[in-house]
Amino acid sequence: MLTAIQLFAQDNGVEMADRLRSDGKIYVVVTCIVIILVGLLAYLFSIDKRLKKIEKENTGKN
Amino acid sequence: MYKNWWKILGSVLVIYTAIAGILMGVPRLPIINESIRNLYFHVPMWFAMIVLFSISVFYSIKSLSSKSEIDDIKAVESVNAGIIFGLLGLVTGAIWAKYTWGQFWSFDPKQNFAAISVLLYFAYLILRNAIDEEQKRAKISAIYNIFAFPMMVVLLFVLPRLKDSLHPGNGGNPGFNSYDLDSRMRMVFYPACLGWILIGYWIYTIRFRIRSIETKQQHN
Repeated sequence: MLTAIQLFAQDNGVEMADRLRSDGKIYVVVTCIVIILVGLLAYLFSIDKRLKKIEKENTGKN
Repeated sequence: MYKNWWKILGSVLVIYTAIAGILMGVPRLPIINESIRNLYFHVPMWFAMIVLFSISVFYSIKSLSSKSEIDDIKAVESVNAGIIFGLLGLVTGAIWAKYTWGQFWSFDPKQNFAAISVLLYFAYLILRNAIDEEQKRAKISAIYNIFAFPMMVVLLFVLPRLKDSLHPGNGGNPGFNSYDLDSRMRMVFYPACLGWILIGYWIYTIRFRIRSIETKQQHN
């Protein structure tokens, strides 16, 4: 367990996307993904609202 | 189905896992490198699919005794939504495989059986298409569903473990289960699964509501 904690502190030589992080460019990736997700979820919410309207009209008619 | 709170919860969870999934730390493992983060996206697709197919078989069984059209619509629309997630799981898995292990498709048992599972449910849809009469269609497709679901479970969870496999979690490879998963990853992975299951359920409810209105208009 103690040796495992020490291992967290070191760069064990495996290549990761460290350059992307030190450049700060990683935030570009995060922003793009969040924009896509928020856009798609907003679309889902708008379909849901349209459906609610139609359902209300339908139960109003009957 | 008409409440908003769980839709907002699912949305928040999914956005959280997209941000934390990219920014939080992960184990530095060779071969897989940063793409280990795909765990937060590829695996929840399958969990969402399984939840939706479970809902489907539940309503299939229920429709056999209730003979209600509503139960049948729930059964088919949950399959429709589940198939979307199954296809997304297959595609994301293939892309991940190509850049990490060299091939889009290595005819690995897990990959093959996952594809067959999705095909099983396509067959369910084709079967429904072949029957015109509503009650008969509901009954026959419900019986097919009752066979398809356990077959899917066996194909995805039992058979791959019995064979040599490249896929994480099978064939003696370290998997992403609770014994191998880093606790930092668990903080993102579990919310991701819940979030995507909620989104999948939401898509199913939207499809069901649309189909409900269409059938009501047809009957009038």
